[in-house]
Amino acid sequence: MEKAIEVIGLVTHYGDREILKNISLSIPSGKTTVILGGSGCGKSTLLKHLIGLLKPTRGKILINGKDITVMKDEELDEVRKRMGVLFQGAALLNSMTVSENVALPIREHTRLKESTIQIMVRMKLDLVGLSGFDNFYPSQLSGGMKKRAGLARAMALDPELIFFDEPSAGLDPVTAAGLDELILKLRDVFKMTIVVVTHELPSVFMIADYVIMLDMGDVIFSGTLDELRASDNPRIRMFLERRPEKETYSPEDYFRIIAGD
Amino acid sequence: MPSTTENLFGLIGRRAIPILKDINDAARLINNTFYWAFLSPFKGKAIRFRASMSEMVKAGYSSVPIVATISLFVGIILALQSAYQLKRVGALIYVANLVGVSITRELGPILTAIIVSGRSGSAFAAEIGSMKAAEEVDALISMGINPVRFLVVPKLIALMVMLPALTVFSDLIGIFGGFLLSITALEIHPYNYFQQTIRALLIKDILTGLMKAWAFGVVITIVGAYQGFKVEGGAEEVGMRTTASVVASIFLVIVFDLFFTTLFYYFT
Repeated sequence: MEKAIEVIGLVTHYGDREILKNISLSIPSGKTTVILGGSGCGKSTLLKHLIGLLKPTRGKILINGKDITVMKDEELDEVRKRMGVLFQGAALLNSMTVSENVALPIREHTRLKESTIQIMVRMKLDLVGLSGFDNFYPSQLSGGMKKRAGLARAMALDPELIFFDEPSAGLDPVTAAGLDELILKLRDVFKMTIVVVTHELPSVFMIADYVIMLDMGDVIFSGTLDELRASDNPRIRMFLERRPEKETYSPEDYFRIIAGD
Repeated sequence: MPSTTENLFGLIGRRAIPILKDINDAARLINNTFYWAFLSPFKGKAIRFRASMSEMVKAGYSSVPIVATISLFVGIILALQSAYQLKRVGALIYVANLVGVSITRELGPILTAIIVSGRSGSAFAAEIGSMKAAEEVDALISMGINPVRFLVVPKLIALMVMLPALTVFSDLIGIFGGFLLSITALEIHPYNYFQQTIRALLIKDILTGLMKAWAFGVVITIVGAYQGFKVEGGAEEVGMRTTASVVASIFLVIVFDLFFTTLFYYFT
């Protein structure tokens, strides 16, 4: 298995609170890896570290063998040019039209002619099924269309590596399934390494080749879908069978909670 | 139980550490802004010219009506107030000196700066803040685009050009306001007023005013951007930061004004 990303001994804090507790994992290249976990398990924090938005307290993140945690901004920008990110809310720039948004990374990082850029933008928009929406502003698009436009922008420079932050959050099942199909298409047609952070089970079973599961800042599982289904780890079973977490307190603990001490 | 001394030092520490962090953040922003505005263009990373132009239109051209109105009124008020004292000693013609010098040296730059703080400083904070809240700033970083270069530098260029320009305009209109009142209510002859103003004004009065305006432009941009980048949460914090940016930029404009006025008083 060829590794696209390798995380070694990652520890991170928000203030005094430890979010990721010394985690190590590797993400295979050319496959779709899903990072799975409940709310607050640290999966979004992990994603922010993988794209270099946050610096860890300790640990290494190797992308194509190079540690991005010790890179200077210029080197990191070079790495970022070869990765695309689709944010949860798509994060399109609201002051620009859809085509200007998609053209932005191309304009900033290449010296192509305007006509070439226009063709590239139209190709990307066509790929995500948004032909004809070039001159719309993000506020005029629906949630699903925004995500598609965000994906077109993430793909503008033909990255090797693409990250999705909760792609189906806030979308109806039909639109979410459409987005999942698009993710599969990217893997099969462009052979991209895809990393998806999500907690939506239907989507996981549709797109994942490889699953990493986080729980309370720890990696509790990494392996294929079949291995995930076969796992007998109680936390994983709870997640897969959608069972609520029962918080059991001893009478003393309960008293301490309500007494506020 | 910690002792009283420990409590005291704890208190000082809890207050001082966030302030040090704020100073560090602000210093880093200033450093980055100046790097991307003045050094990186020589290393092949050009300034976004079209964005700068559009910021100039938003911050400069659109402020013209309000700057004009306020300057005209302040010119009239200043002429009236000075006439109130000067007519007792029969020196009404000196209204021209007073209006000319105080507008060009002081009121033109500071009025313009306060108006621009309210209009553009707050807009900068709100724009950058809401982009931060919507992950747009993160998106820029993840595309390998420096948000300071992309967002702050065009605003800095715009205000560095437009604040002095608006100040010249404010000077002219303010003096014109004083002139209007003097030739009507005070019955000073227009030619005499004109001559008196020309005699009273020195080039350095106008230049020091413009230098102040330039510095105010930098202050307003940095404060607006700083408050914008500080936004962590949602819409509510954007509102809070916007208000804070107006208060802080007006305060800092006046602090810088004090500094420059003292400097110019002794060294020009």
